[in-house]
Amino acid sequence: MDAIYLDNNATTRVDDAVVAAMLPFFTEQFGNPSSMHSFGNKVGLAIKKARMQVQELLGAEHESEIIFTSCGTESDSTALLSAIKANPERKEIITTSIEHPAILNLCTHLEKEGYKVHYLKVDERGRLDLAEYARVLSDKVAIVSVMWANNETGTLFPVEEMAQMAHAAGVLFHTDAVQAVGKVPIDLKNTAIDLLSLSGHKLHAPKGIGVLYLKRGVRFRPLLRGGHQERGRRAGTENTASIVALGMACEQAMQHMHFENTEVKRLRDRLEAGILAKVPRAFPTGDVTNRLPNTSNIAFEFIEGEAILLLLNKFGIAASSGSACTSGSLEPSHVMRAMGIPYTAAHGTTRFSLSRYTTEAEVDRVITVVPEIVAQLRRLSPYWGETGPATEPEKAFAPVYA
Amino acid sequence: MWDYSDKVKEHFFSPRNSGAMEDANAVGDVGSINCGDALRLMLKVDPDTETIQDARFQTFGCGSAIASSSALTEIIKGMKLDDALKVSNQDIADYLDGLPPEKMHCSVMGREALQAAIANYRGEEWKDDHEEGALICKCFAIDAVLIEDTVRANNLSTVEDVIHYTKAGGGCSSCHEGIEEILTKVLAEKGETFSPHTVEIKEEAKPAKLTNLQRIKRIEMVLESVRPQLQRDHGDIELVDVDGKTIYVNMTGACAGCQMEALTLQGIQQKLMEDLGEFVKIVPSRAGSLSRAVCHP
Repeated sequence: MDAIYLDNNATTRVDDAVVAAMLPFFTEQFGNPSSMHSFGNKVGLAIKKARMQVQELLGAEHESEIIFTSCGTESDSTALLSAIKANPERKEIITTSIEHPAILNLCTHLEKEGYKVHYLKVDERGRLDLAEYARVLSDKVAIVSVMWANNETGTLFPVEEMAQMAHAAGVLFHTDAVQAVGKVPIDLKNTAIDLLSLSGHKLHAPKGIGVLYLKRGVRFRPLLRGGHQERGRRAGTENTASIVALGMACEQAMQHMHFENTEVKRLRDRLEAGILAKVPRAFPTGDVTNRLPNTSNIAFEFIEGEAILLLLNKFGIAASSGSACTSGSLEPSHVMRAMGIPYTAAHGTTRFSLSRYTTEAEVDRVITVVPEIVAQLRRLSPYWGETGPATEPEKAFAPVYA
Repeated sequence: MWDYSDKVKEHFFSPRNSGAMEDANAVGDVGSINCGDALRLMLKVDPDTETIQDARFQTFGCGSAIASSSALTEIIKGMKLDDALKVSNQDIADYLDGLPPEKMHCSVMGREALQAAIANYRGEEWKDDHEEGALICKCFAIDAVLIEDTVRANNLSTVEDVIHYTKAGGGCSSCHEGIEEILTKVLAEKGETFSPHTVEIKEEAKPAKLTNLQRIKRIEMVLESVRPQLQRDHGDIELVDVDGKTIYVNMTGACAGCQMEALTLQGIQQKLMEDLGEFVKIVPSRAGSLSRAVCHP
C-alpha cells in the first residue's frame, strides 16, 4: 500500500516539472550568473525569469522587490534585524504569541539585548484582538511581524488590515507568509505590507531556497554583506538551480490556486467531517471558517499525539502533532496553549495538511484508520473509562505529583 | 522521528499487561496530563511472600512512555518487593535497548510509579523528589532544573564547573549558551554577574618538566577522576601506553563501541591537556596498535 502524505505544512514533494526545470542548472548551465561569458549569461537570464515568476505569484509591483535567500528563517531574521538596525532609536517590536519559532526565538533573543517585545494574544479560536494591537502601536516600534497563516491550525490573520494600521502609525510591517504563499491569493502591490518571507519547500520547490519581499523604498540593512548579488542586499553566490526551481514552483502554484481553494479544500473538509463523525471527544482547533484550504488540526482528547503519529505511521499515514513529546520538550505546542486549549486535548492535537496531490481515496482511508487508532490508545489511557472519559478525569486519576 | 530501538517499537505496538486490574492491592499513580505523560501501575502482591504476582498499567503518553510502562511490568513480575525497589530507570531503558536522551524521563516515570505503588501497598506516603526542566544537554540528558540546583548548591560560576559537576555540556558543547544563561540567572540572584572570562585556567605554576614517571602518574590521576562517571554508565577506561604526545587507552564495558565514545574521549583528552599543560592526543588502543604498527614497522 502506498504511503499517504498529509504533512504538507511541514514540507512538500518537489513537483516533477520543478525538478525538470532545475536539473540543467547542475550540469550544462552550471555557470556563475555574475560571469561575463556565455556560461554565466544564460544563468543570469534564468534567474531573471524566476524572479518574475515569484513577482507574479506575490503580486509585487517590481521584480527588484524579490530577494532570494536560503530559507524562510533567513528571510525572517533579515527582515527583523534590518528594521532594528535601520531604526536604532526604536526599541520595541510587535508580534503574536503564536508565531513560528523563526520569529519567536529571535524575539526572545532580542529581548535579552534590551528590546521590548509585545506578543499579541489570541482567543480560543486563534484570533487576534485588533484593539490590543492598536494600543501597542507607537513610534517606539521598529517593526511589526505577524504571520499570514498559522502553521499548526491554518488560521489566517488579517495582515492586510494590520499592515494598513502599522502604515498609519509610521511603523514597518513584516509578514511571515511561509504557509500562505501558494495556498491563498496574494497581491502585495495593493497592500501596505513592507516585507514578506516565503520558503520554497512549502510550495513544491526544494528546501534551501527562500525569498524576502522588500517593498521599494523601504529602508534596508542586509544581513549578509559581501558581493553584489541581489543588488547587494543578500551577498553570496546565487543558488541558481533552486532559484529556477522556485520560479517554476511559483508558476505552478499560480495555475493551481483555484484548485487549491476548491478541490483541496473539499477533500480537507471531507477528511475533517469524516473523522469528527466517527470519533467522540474530538474537535477541530483554530478559526475553522477562516483558515488555509489545506489544513485541519484536530484535538483528540485524553490521548497523546506522538503515540497517534507512531500508529498512523504504521498504517503508512504521515501527519504531525502539537504534543510535547514530538518536540522533546515538556510543554505542548505554544499555539495550542495560547488558544487556551486544555491540556487534556492539547497533547492529542494532530495536524493533517493536504496538497494538490492528495486523493479522495487517501482521505477515505485515513477516515477509516483514525477512529481505530484513537480507540486503541484510549483503551490504554488512565483518563478513559469503558465508553468515554473516566468520570471527572482529573479526580479519577490524581497522581502524587503533578 | 525519534530513533527508537526495535524493542521500544515492539513494546509500543504490542504493549504487555495493559489495562485496568480489578483486584490490585498496590496502585501507583504518577505524572499528569499537563506534562503529557501519566502512568498508573497496578500490582497484585502476595501478602505472605511479598512477591509481585501480576502487574498491569494504564498510560497516557508517547510511544516511549507506553513502551517503558510495558517493559516495567515485564521486569517486575515475579519479583519480591524489596528487589523490585532496586529496579532503576536505567534498568528499564536497558530492557528496551536504550531510549533517546530526550525520552529518558519516560523510564524515570516508570521507576517512580513502581516506588509509588509499593509505598501504597505498605501504607506509606511516597514523595516525588524530582522536578523536571527543559532539556539542556542532549548528549547526557541533563535538564535545566538539575543544572540550576547544582549551580546553586555548589556555588558554581563557570561552564567548566557545570561540566565537572553535572556532565552537562561535556559532549558536543552546543548547549554552552544555555548553560551560560542558567549561570547568568543564578549568579544574578546573588548580585553577581556571569563573566565568560573567569574561566581562564588558573595560573598554577606549571611544573617545570615532568619526568616520564610523574607524567604517567598524572595521566592515571586524571583517568581516575573520570572513572566514576564512566562507571555510572556501565563503562570503564584503562591506560594502555603513553608514547610521546599520544596516550593509548582501552574503553571497556558499555563504553566499548558506544556511539558517544569519540565524545567521551574528547572530553577526557581536554581534561588531560588542562592537567598536563601540554597538547596530548588520546587514542583507543585498537586504533593505536594499528597506527603504531605503521610508525614502527
